[in-house]
Amino acid sequence: MLRGDIDTILDWVKQGSRVLDLGCGDGELLAALTKQKGVSGLGLDIDASNLIAAIDKGLCVVQQNMEDGLSNFNAKSFDVVIIAFSLQVLTRPHNVLERVVDIGNEAIVSFPNFGHWRSRLSLLLSGRMPKTKALPYSWFDTPNIHFCTVADFEQLCDQLEIKIIERKTSDSGHILAKLWPNLFAKTASYRIKRT
Amino acid sequence: MCFDEPLFLRSGEVLEEYTLVYETYGQLNAEGSNAVLVCHALSGNHHAAGYHSEADAKPGWWDTMIGPGKPIDTNRFYVVSPNNIGGCDGSTGPSSISQSTGKPWGSLFPQVTVEDWVETQKRLAEYLGISHWAAVIGGSLGGMQALEWSVRYPSWLSHCVVFAAAPGLTAQNIAFNEIARQAIFSDPQWMQGDYALAETVPEKGMALARMVGHLTYMSADKMSDRFGRELRQGSFEPDDEEPIFQVESYLRYQGSQFAGRFDANTYVIMTRALDRFDLASHGQGNLTEALGKATAEFLIVSFSSDWRFAPNRSREIVDALLASGKKVTYADIESDAGHDGFLLEDDDYMALVSAWMKRVAS
Repeated sequence: MLRGDIDTILDWVKQGSRVLDLGCGDGELLAALTKQKGVSGLGLDIDASNLIAAIDKGLCVVQQNMEDGLSNFNAKSFDVVIIAFSLQVLTRPHNVLERVVDIGNEAIVSFPNFGHWRSRLSLLLSGRMPKTKALPYSWFDTPNIHFCTVADFEQLCDQLEIKIIERKTSDSGHILAKLWPNLFAKTASYRIKRT
Repeated sequence: MCFDEPLFLRSGEVLEEYTLVYETYGQLNAEGSNAVLVCHALSGNHHAAGYHSEADAKPGWWDTMIGPGKPIDTNRFYVVSPNNIGGCDGSTGPSSISQSTGKPWGSLFPQVTVEDWVETQKRLAEYLGISHWAAVIGGSLGGMQALEWSVRYPSWLSHCVVFAAAPGLTAQNIAFNEIARQAIFSDPQWMQGDYALAETVPEKGMALARMVGHLTYMSADKMSDRFGRELRQGSFEPDDEEPIFQVESYLRYQGSQFAGRFDANTYVIMTRALDRFDLASHGQGNLTEALGKATAEFLIVSFSSDWRFAPNRSREIVDALLASGKKVTYADIESDAGHDGFLLEDDDYMALVSAWMKRVAS
């Protein structure tokens, strides 16, 4: 698996929760949560082919841009709001983060850690924006416009007065990723809530 | 099918008896669990799918959607498609003969509403031995009937599918309908609605009404693509015959075709039924409260270029459903077809409805 956040999210979400998955894509995560955790889920996505794929999995999905303010969702109307691997495609990720901690009792956010040593080394040695197996795009033609590192994200949460309940990184079995996640974690997942 | 149990209409009037014509496609299963009701829009009728004979130029109005292997798959579902009362295609309407006078109803036919249609559809279901709809489906005015079903008889349906509809018309929408009605009323052959007795036909008024209506069902982009500024005949040269734009010719053709097949009183009744529909009235004006009564799972679809029943009207329904904690799926199909998008074949639209219908038990 290239991402390594799915198992963490499956582990964190409690049985029978009401889940809103923002940027649900083809619904793979939401379908797994429905099957394994019996959640009542709603997915949001803007892409028609993603919607069709998610509908085909029996999911409820709404075609909506998560950056439109999400004003149609009431405060605390979900147990968990998930942004899995789509923070980096948002134009104004901080605005969305502020909304999700209002809509959900808590939120789960996962993203690729751009502070990983391979990205740093790649930039250092080649002098060009890194490409990886998980993120193979060229800098000028990529959906990922807002990469951040573990340290960046945590600083933003602090600034927005969002509390980090728990952090889990991929390669977390690895002692280095535990000690220095900003350098050694490929993927970071967070449980956050409004302080 | 003739129903002789009186129908108490919302207007306070009573239809002592009435005929409801309908078509069915597919087979009702032994459990009776695969019945699907299809509700038609303003100018539709019971002939939703297939051909009646080889001589038919066109199949039913929703043949793209209904049939074997199609999104509403008649191999799986037993599809019931009635013609609503007040119509002009066989069910009792203003052009039918009134039992009490022995003459065509004409102006005396009572105003019917979406609620009245739902009542007649429920009676039809009972007559057909159906006690539950696997799904109630409709577009535009048909979508309003599906919505009405979902809150009037929630336990009757497990799925509700609404295309290109709205919880109620906007002022602009009512205004377009009013222009259409005034076009009909201004035809000297209208005779206050009693043209059948006078043996006239308000064809000019009807054609004009349809031209206005048809125009609002199309998008500006599609009209530009299709007609541009092309001339059908003549030119702007001084000696040539009078120029006629393609779009003029098209609208005139649509108008006269429609005037030839549709009843003017029916058109007036249908547009008024549209105007009067107000889903929020089930919740004292609050749409969320109204839809809170529903128990079905919903599919709501809008079409990006539809300005008559714009996507944000569908979003109102979706938001109210979300706020009341209902199961809902919503898609806005990228389309240049305007309001007519729900009737036309489109890859995403067909794939999406097919995928969603998998969850409807059969």
